Amino acid sequence: MHPRGQGSGERAPFRLATFRRLIGYLAPYRRDFALASLSLLLVQAALQAGPYLVKRAVDLVTPARAAVQAGAGVPPGTLAGLFEIAALYVLTSLVSWGATYAQTYFMSWAGQNAIYELRAELYAHLQRLSFRFFDRQPAGVVMSRVTNDVNTIEEMLTQSLLTIVGSVASLVLIVTMMLLLNVRLALAAFVVMPILGAAVFFFSVRVRRAYDEVRNTIANVYANLQESISGVRVTQSFTRESVNLDRFTGINDENFQANMRAERLNALFMPTVDAIGALATAVIVWYGGRLVIGHDLGYGDLVAFVMYMDRFYGPMRQMASFYTQMQAAMAAADKVFGVMDEAPEGRDPVRPRRLSAGRGRIDFEDVRFGYREGEEVLHGVSFTAEPGRTVAIVGPTGAGKSSLVNLLARFYDPWSGCIRLDGVDIREIPQRELRRALGIVLQDNFLFSGTVAENIRYGRLDATDEEVEAAARAVGADAFIRRLPEGYATVVHERGSLLSTGQRQLVAFARALLRDPAVLVLDEATSNVDAATEVLIQRALARLLEGRTALVIAHRLSTVRGADLILVMDGGRVVERGRHEELLLAGGHYAELYRAQFKDAVAKAGG
Amino acid sequence: MKTLFRVLRYARPYRSSLAIGLLGLVVGTAMDMAVPVITRYVIDFVLLAGHHAWLGWLAAAIVATASFKGVFWFFQRYAMAFMAQKVIFDVRGDLYRHLQELSFRFYDRAQTGQIMSRVSQDVELLRRFLSFGVIQLLGQVLSFAVVLVLLFTIDPVLTAVVLPVVPLVALAVWQFNRRVRPKYQEIQQKQAEITAVLQENVTGVRVVRSFAAEDHEVEKFRRVNWAYLEKNLEAMRLRATWFPLMSLSADLGTMLVLAIGGWRTVTGTISLGMLVQFLQYLAMLFTPLRMLGWLVNMGSRAIAAGNRVFELLDTRREVAERPGALRLGRLQGAVRLERVRFRYQPGAPWALDGVDLAVEPGETIALLGATGSGKSTILQLIPRFYDVDEGCVRVDGHDVRDVRLADLRRQIGIVPQETFLFSTTIAENIAYGRPGASREEIVRAAKAAQIHDFIASLPKGYETVVGERGLGLSGGQKQRIAIARALLLDPAILLLDEATSSVDTETEALIREALRRLLLGRTAFVVAHRLSTVRLADRIVVLDEGRIVQEGTHDELVRVPGLYRDIVRLQLAEAREAV
Repeated sequence: MHPRGQGSGERAPFRLATFRRLIGYLAPYRRDFALASLSLLLVQAALQAGPYLVKRAVDLVTPARAAVQAGAGVPPGTLAGLFEIAALYVLTSLVSWGATYAQTYFMSWAGQNAIYELRAELYAHLQRLSFRFFDRQPAGVVMSRVTNDVNTIEEMLTQSLLTIVGSVASLVLIVTMMLLLNVRLALAAFVVMPILGAAVFFFSVRVRRAYDEVRNTIANVYANLQESISGVRVTQSFTRESVNLDRFTGINDENFQANMRAERLNALFMPTVDAIGALATAVIVWYGGRLVIGHDLGYGDLVAFVMYMDRFYGPMRQMASFYTQMQAAMAAADKVFGVMDEAPEGRDPVRPRRLSAGRGRIDFEDVRFGYREGEEVLHGVSFTAEPGRTVAIVGPTGAGKSSLVNLLARFYDPWSGCIRLDGVDIREIPQRELRRALGIVLQDNFLFSGTVAENIRYGRLDATDEEVEAAARAVGADAFIRRLPEGYATVVHERGSLLSTGQRQLVAFARALLRDPAVLVLDEATSNVDAATEVLIQRALARLLEGRTALVIAHRLSTVRGADLILVMDGGRVVERGRHEELLLAGGHYAELYRAQFKDAVAKAGG
Repeated sequence: MKTLFRVLRYARPYRSSLAIGLLGLVVGTAMDMAVPVITRYVIDFVLLAGHHAWLGWLAAAIVATASFKGVFWFFQRYAMAFMAQKVIFDVRGDLYRHLQELSFRFYDRAQTGQIMSRVSQDVELLRRFLSFGVIQLLGQVLSFAVVLVLLFTIDPVLTAVVLPVVPLVALAVWQFNRRVRPKYQEIQQKQAEITAVLQENVTGVRVVRSFAAEDHEVEKFRRVNWAYLEKNLEAMRLRATWFPLMSLSADLGTMLVLAIGGWRTVTGTISLGMLVQFLQYLAMLFTPLRMLGWLVNMGSRAIAAGNRVFELLDTRREVAERPGALRLGRLQGAVRLERVRFRYQPGAPWALDGVDLAVEPGETIALLGATGSGKSTILQLIPRFYDVDEGCVRVDGHDVRDVRLADLRRQIGIVPQETFLFSTTIAENIAYGRPGASREEIVRAAKAAQIHDFIASLPKGYETVVGERGLGLSGGQKQRIAIARALLLDPAILLLDEATSSVDTETEALIREALRRLLLGRTAFVVAHRLSTVRLADRIVVLDEGRIVQEGTHDELVRVPGLYRDIVRLQLAEAREAV
């Protein structure tokens, strides 16, 4: 209903290490970045030449006008001088055009490529992270790293970084020009600058904090929305729409209030800075005017000063906003790098051992394991699955059955003891190779957005259409797939109701069969299949198990009875082992479990 | 355009804010125009004409206009922000309401990532545009017009000379807009695709790992990531070409004024102060034109975003309540399906192909049949999650399309195969259908559902948070919470999609008992997978390929050859062998 979202509007102190690592992504494009910076300097120089050219025009016009008024006629060269200034003006403009193009081009190229790399690397790393990581992190948080956080960094790399270079350059240029024009007037104007700077920073820090709050509240809005969408079927089933809407309105309103607080500050910001800027202009006009009266300053200088002053706050504000963008980007980078620094699951061995073309013998030797520290769920499990044999694991929920599967697939590593495949410790086998040797069918039959054929082909990506269809036929899925609107090319979705649960399971079987693994690991999910489909599935299963070593978490009587070895688990231990008949005769756990679990069918047979 | 008007319709209730914003804008613009006038008087009147005493007053006037403008600016900005935030508040509320009401058919096809991207990123783009885009747009147009008039009053000839530059700048802006706009739409689309691929990868992580398909997944991501990069670079190239062109054409104007205006000053047609004033105004004339490029760009992104938002809002609710729909009192629980035909998509095979079924109040019906035979579909049609294509579904004699949806669904309890838990406390999850339920009622329901002891054993009991951010529960525990949910609702009709066999024996016994209590005294439809559940039913309906092929009690059906007997024999044979 209403989870409190993790705020994404954090700020982080500037940390050189993080910054350098981030900039490291730009390193391969340093030539482009350098060219972009160079072009930018050119743009700024051309831009700041404007007021200077105006000064020259005024300086040219003023005496000429005086001469005309005095009746001396237009001094020679006036018109030529004006044309020269105009020509220079166009020249600077052309330079600025070309340089702007170059700057945009090089910077976007560098920034976009860097961000592409970062995103790709992060995603690839996610593919290697352990299940422990995903156990800990809600999906939404992981998503947010790759989308929101990377976008924040993208903004900095492609825009802010260059803007700040430009702002600093223009400030330096303006100050230099002012000092060159008239030192006294420049110093007088600079008296107001610190006040302006202080005001800008005072406000931006506060505005920033207000926006952090905005981001926190918006994260709640999104978290609520996300869950409302995921749970919409339940909501409609229970007609909770209006209650949910009320709650959402509350969260939405918190966001509104936070936004208004931020906007209030923001609305104060500009006018305050403007007024201080006007003060600086007033100082220039007043003091500069006096200097003109005393013939210590030309008219052109005064005009240029006023123009330069006008150009002062832009870069100032950009610097302030850069400061805050930088903090946001640093916070985002810290989080992104945090994920990237997560150690990948059970590292691949330094000296990997090859798997001999799999016969498929599995040994568990005194395996101890737990998901959380201090909570051991397997207390020393040992068993052997001979090549080509089926081992069925039975036992109540929480006995540790799924943990065996998780360990064999090396989704987790055992605390102690060891697991061998064909005599090789699985930690010494490269993970890819290990999983390629295994066919894993999980209880939840996840389908990807894509066609049915693509979903089956997931088992072996280079399989041909014929192979895909053959696999589907072998598990008895071909018939219903052909009845779909577009057969194998029908697009299915994550949660669509196009396929029933049983059909999804058959698709998952086809997937595993296509893989043709030496060892099959199966978490049987018979539950969701009706009795008639049961026949189909049993046949499919028989086909799947044929000639392979199999480790099956069994729920099906037929599977258990057909198994070469049954492991009865309870409380993280194997309490009994043997074949069906032996175990029944022994009259222990298994016999009890068997009677309880299958008594319906037995009772039915009797009645 | 249509999108824009639609956004503006949302702004209607806040037109007083809009008015304050406009007033602030007009006054602020006027104050902006005042400063060059002051400069002109400083030069012509104070410095050139020698009225030195006025210098201090004019300097003070600069500060005064800025302060005056500041006050109005504050109100303008605040009022506009208020309007924008309110509009977004409303849009988001509408989206939420709509998403809650969209029918199942929509969600069959929708991807959460895609929807979320519209509700978050697109709405945010709209907000930004409303908050400062709109007022800036108006402000820039206003100041452009005012400046143009002022330029004419200073020197009509000089104005006439620079005027041809204006269409040039406008052309650059227009070209920029025309080319860049579709690109931004594509960028947004690519961003959404990135999110969608990622979402699936994260949710399906176990499958990805099991099949060692990481490389395949990385390649899938590389493709969307690369497409995003390419679209960005394409947009960048357009921006780099067309954006500086606007400045270039504007600078041509300044050049003309420097040369020709300078000459006219020398000859005395205008004064030096007027020349400086003219130059300052000229900058103000082109700022709007340049800003327009940025604003138009922002506006087009906002319109693209708006289109996507409204497209979502306009998605028809397939299952909609008829105007003047019937109010329903407490249902007896009689359910009739009359010649019902239904399919999930046009062109797909019929999921139900002419089903007739009449159920008396209090009766329990077991639905049996192969996968895809239409059992679950029947459960979806009774609460009207989908509308039938032909025939009708009646509850207590009323066509479900004629009654109020809330009245209908409130009296139907549903226990689905997979239980969705919300990220909140167990108590709230149980009380999901009746948020006002007291703690005693919740506990009573939990006890009846055989889940109370487990909940009580948790350190925080009923206040334990479950769901994505909380404690993970096993399938059996979730299912009993779903049963408690349904029990608390005390529905007249119960729909149960059985998923019992994934749990161990002990749990199964608990669930059996919970189910028995749940079925008591209600009309119930049970999609059954185990014969023991089938035996709880008064009547058994066997489906095959969307048709009812057999109907009757267990004793009747085992006697005749048919699908039911086959199923029973199958299970019996297995059991007998086992014994």
